Amino acid sequence: MLKVNKLNVTLDTLTLAKDMSFSLDPGKVHVIIGPNGTGKSTLLKTLFGDIQPISGEISFLDPLNNNHNLIKRKQISRWREQFGYMPQDIRLDIELSALEVVLLGQLDSLGLRLDDSLIKQALTALEKIGLLHLANRPVNKLSGGQCQMILFAQALMRNPKILMLDEPVSALDLHFQHVLLDHLDTQTKQQGWVTLMVLHDLNLAAQYADNLLVLKNGHVVASGHPSDILTPALVKEVYDVNAEVTKDSYGIPFIRTIRPGFTPQKLILQPQHLQPKRTVCL
Amino acid sequence: MQSDLLSDAISNQRRSEKRRWSVIGILLIVLITSFVLDIATGPSLLNVKEVANALLHLIGFSVEVDPTTKVIVSSLRLPIAIMAVIVGGVLGVGGAEMQTLLNNPMASPYTLGMAAAAGFGAALTLYFGSLGLNANVAVPLGAFVCCMLAAAFLFALATMRHISSGQLILAGIALLFLFQSLLSLVQFVSSPELSQQILFWLFGSLSKASWSNLSIIAGITSVCMFFLIRDAWKLTALRLGEERAKSLGVNVSRLRLKTLFIVALMTATVTSFVGIIGFIGIVAPNIAKMLVGEDQRFFLPLSFLIGAFLLSSASVLSKIIVPGALFPIGIVTAIIGVPFFFWLILGKRR
Repeated sequence: MLKVNKLNVTLDTLTLAKDMSFSLDPGKVHVIIGPNGTGKSTLLKTLFGDIQPISGEISFLDPLNNNHNLIKRKQISRWREQFGYMPQDIRLDIELSALEVVLLGQLDSLGLRLDDSLIKQALTALEKIGLLHLANRPVNKLSGGQCQMILFAQALMRNPKILMLDEPVSALDLHFQHVLLDHLDTQTKQQGWVTLMVLHDLNLAAQYADNLLVLKNGHVVASGHPSDILTPALVKEVYDVNAEVTKDSYGIPFIRTIRPGFTPQKLILQPQHLQPKRTVCL
Repeated sequence: MQSDLLSDAISNQRRSEKRRWSVIGILLIVLITSFVLDIATGPSLLNVKEVANALLHLIGFSVEVDPTTKVIVSSLRLPIAIMAVIVGGVLGVGGAEMQTLLNNPMASPYTLGMAAAAGFGAALTLYFGSLGLNANVAVPLGAFVCCMLAAAFLFALATMRHISSGQLILAGIALLFLFQSLLSLVQFVSSPELSQQILFWLFGSLSKASWSNLSIIAGITSVCMFFLIRDAWKLTALRLGEERAKSLGVNVSRLRLKTLFIVALMTATVTSFVGIIGFIGIVAPNIAKMLVGEDQRFFLPLSFLIGAFLLSSASVLSKIIVPGALFPIGIVTAIIGVPFFFWLILGKRR
């Protein structure tokens, strides 16, 4: 369990976390949503130990060995060993093959000669997300979405206890969005990871989150299962956007945002001649 | 079917590794050729076969050698030829690692002002009459100290938080200008004879090679190379971007400082003994990148070999351009380097 207690983070003069407390259970997909610039990425970086909070406590209780440890500046490398972390930036401007990029996920086990078993592990990671055919291609010739998938495979290679992903589907098409998130969900449950990711698409969040954390102005304004907390009022409060929230045929919340200034009258006041005519045959 | 694809991918990977090893092998052969030619050329042109025999004799084979050839080779030309190889290699590796650290193909110890600082240090020492020391010791020492000072400044910048590699490069270029003007200042206030002496040092010359300074350079270089190779994978990861390298468990600031220190030490050492030799630091790593990519297991040694080959062949050219005279090698490298570099940049447009 990853626990955050009374966390305060400011960057320059901007307060990005005010007395923030929450805890994340293993084996669940936790999704952070919230408006731009509200400190979602900063929160991930703070958990990773890259940004030092002003105050507060971050700790991790390993469910496997009941080992409880706290984040400490002096032992930051040991803290980070537990993490797989996929930052937002997906540019890969380097002359390496996709396979080699994935292999870097196991940085500490790489020697001057690569083991067959390690290569196989990296290839299996690529195979599982349907990118085996790209293994030997140079990554600087691949598309942004392909790079993003490869970096996802790299993060998985680390065999993390805590997996953090910052907008992992930002460059992906519909197919790969679901490949990535579905794989993430299965693996999280199978391996008992604490998975924490930032998403912008509320409908994807509603489909894949076991627990949703809604961030605004340095506070967690709502948290819980998507179907419990996703309401038009929440969307209005957080994003200042009107929305309809309905349930789809699977009972999952469906969020339909409505353009500003749109009034239902426009629909009703359609000219008569555009309405379909019904003829009745006798 | 799927496992077929898997083993295909493995054998593709192995094949590409083998290809890169053979590139390194070929470069090694090319380097040895230019090394032998470097020994053969000079005021008295030696027979290549004789040179090869003398070299084989020196490393313990029982081959018949003409005694005069043996003396010329072992005490006159061999130190210079080895110096060319090591210095070229160090400049190549220095450039490669600067480019890796700063994520920019324009970076090299030369463009970041470290060479200019060494030049200034040497000029200053000459100006003060070598401070009463033997000039052969004092001048390299002065160059070394100044070069390390410039590096220390970059070092201090690199430890600051929130400094991007772009800003670091700008700072380095500013240093380059600073030390160049300081150097001009020293030349301006010097007597014409002294100014001449300074100019000659700046051209860069391998002729100061001796077995004793060669052993210092070789020792430092091999220790530095050992530490760089040990970090090969981390350096590869660094090229994915600092944040990503951190996410893979690399202690980025420590790696950056360590590598910067190693590069500064190597560069300062070679520059203090041979003067300013430009361009290899930029060209060699870029060629290496085109040939083997950026897996540092291959990139690092190949940058060394290409740098070594460039300087070694420049040394041959510097002796045959004007027969009987030694053309300054620093000038030759830039003259071959620049057209080559343009070809490289334009060839990349595709």
